[in-house]
Amino acid sequence: MTSLDTPPRKADKPTRTVRSAGDRTFAGLSTGAGILILVVLAGVAAFLISESLDSITAPAADVPGGEGVWSYVGPLVFGTLLAAVIALVVATPLGVAIALFITYYAPKRVAATLGYVVDLLAAIPSVVYGFWGLAALAPSLVPFFAWAERNLGFLPFFAGPASVTGRTMLTAGLVLAIMILPIISAISREVFSQAPALHREAALALGATRWEMIKMAVLPYGKSGVIGGAMLGLGRALGETLAVAIVLSVSGGITFNLISSSNPSTIAANIALQFPESSGLAVSTLIFTGLVLFVITLAVNMLARYVVNRRADFSGAN
Amino acid sequence: MSTTTPTRPEAPEPLAPAVGHRRGLPRFGGTAVFAAGLVLAALATLASGWSWGLFAVYGIVLGCLVTYVVSRAVEGRRKATDRLVTALVSSAFAIAMVPLVSLVYTVVSNGIGRLDGTFFSNSMVGVVGEGGGAYHAIMGTLIITALATLISVPVGLLAAIYLVEYGRGRLKKALTFFVDVMTGIPSIVAGLFAYALFAIFFGPGIRFGLGGAVALSVLMIPVVVRSSEEVLKLVPNELREASYALGVSKWRTILKVVVPTAIAGLGTSVTLAIARVIGETAPLLVIVGITAATNFDPFDGRMATLPVYAYYQLTQPGVPPEFGIGRAWTAALVLIIIVMALNVVARLISRFFAPKTGR
Repeated sequence: MTSLDTPPRKADKPTRTVRSAGDRTFAGLSTGAGILILVVLAGVAAFLISESLDSITAPAADVPGGEGVWSYVGPLVFGTLLAAVIALVVATPLGVAIALFITYYAPKRVAATLGYVVDLLAAIPSVVYGFWGLAALAPSLVPFFAWAERNLGFLPFFAGPASVTGRTMLTAGLVLAIMILPIISAISREVFSQAPALHREAALALGATRWEMIKMAVLPYGKSGVIGGAMLGLGRALGETLAVAIVLSVSGGITFNLISSSNPSTIAANIALQFPESSGLAVSTLIFTGLVLFVITLAVNMLARYVVNRRADFSGAN
Repeated sequence: MSTTTPTRPEAPEPLAPAVGHRRGLPRFGGTAVFAAGLVLAALATLASGWSWGLFAVYGIVLGCLVTYVVSRAVEGRRKATDRLVTALVSSAFAIAMVPLVSLVYTVVSNGIGRLDGTFFSNSMVGVVGEGGGAYHAIMGTLIITALATLISVPVGLLAAIYLVEYGRGRLKKALTFFVDVMTGIPSIVAGLFAYALFAIFFGPGIRFGLGGAVALSVLMIPVVVRSSEEVLKLVPNELREASYALGVSKWRTILKVVVPTAIAGLGTSVTLAIARVIGETAPLLVIVGITAATNFDPFDGRMATLPVYAYYQLTQPGVPPEFGIGRAWTAALVLIIIVMALNVVARLISRFFAPKTGR
């Protein structure tokens, strides 16, 4: 208030230098944090590679399975992809339908609550899904497996013999589908709700029914968002560990038979089951399979983000 | 009808007869027809032996079919398709609720039995069969999650501040993209990373709590960055400009204006990030392991954590198995309660500490 006792010029100079020092420190700290994150991501790749080198260079006979790392990881990659694809095939249409229901069908007042309830599915830990899949879902699917073997046995997927415990690839895929449902529906919900109101109202004004409006104005607009969301879900399904480890009854080998008790394991589940009891070269081999999983999910996620981000640019131009 | 405001004339009368000839189902007619389909489905299920799964399948198929046929006969093809899609979309939502309800019911009914004092006060030292608890696992989970939060929140917040306040050019683009990609890292890979990192320093077979905290941080940091970034973006630019106009430096503006304005959202995002990692099992299985005794020291030796404890009690319940399996379900129940509580706390934070700039 009394600026007389502190002349502005004198007060300004020291504060300006302090200011810029504080500014520089803070800017440096936050930039450093950003760079640290990139370093960690690079570090994940680097340390996985360095710890798995042993198994890649080791003679094939010493690696678990006795035929080298590549034939060890092969069936696991197949199992991982199979379970994730089942999950994706089931969850994508369901997730899109749920997103449509919440954005355009449910009464406005309850829509937000319903969205929150669906998001609750994402909050439940993976291990609890495993418990539920083992205790509730698997037994209730057993009659269906028996029916499928009798009536659909001509398809390779349902060749049987049907599992009596229900711990099959199909069960694991369904559990994964439920786990990725909230991801797909959340992203679809977001893009559907952003569909331009003018387009929607124009469609309705021309006499379109609600479904025709969605088909003409909402779905074309949200298509790439749905694709991106499905791929993010795929990434999550590929890496899910405990739910598969608990639910799936594993015996190795490659088979498209979805309802029998002998299934290929997935990379993540195999690591969870083997790692605690492994040592030496076996650990290195498991880390190598982890590296393969990391590369696959990284590729899927990067592609998904690319698709989603491209849509964001497009909608910004609108 | 108020007399003070001039009311517009009602909808033009002459149109009414033109619309009048259109046939349609009455209000809630679609729901009633769908319900009729459900009744048919119930009868069909009864004919071939009752089961809820079969009823659900028949119900959705018959409900949709009856809706379509009736509507098609009364209202025509376009309306019928519309009603069919409405029925399908609503059924999809109902289907998604089935696992949620079933899961909560299964976990509660199986886990409620051992939800007693012993469970929260005893560890598993010397326990064979009956008794025993998860005191050591609960403490382990709290310690490791707290450590992970201590690592993740400063790094994540600073990175979010960088993205919103300082970042530009290639580094910002790269960081945004790779943080998004990092949210998709499988949790078990994060565990393997922590193992590979510490195995180099401490030799193979390393198991300790801090490693688990590092693994969880790899999963937690991108979540904190993403959600904090969204929250910081919501702070109106006018506030920053007002602060600059008063001669306040940038870093003080951030610390004294931007962060306090966004504090509720930041609290919510951190709480949700904690909820996201507290149930993680796979990385802790790899790098922390399991033990029967209570270990408060995250720098030395194996620790028990609640999810890993639940997993081992289920898969290696001991003899006789029912006690171990009972403890496993109770651990799962406690885990769900913790996660749900964190979600509720997150919502409460954003409700009660809402930004003061709201209009």
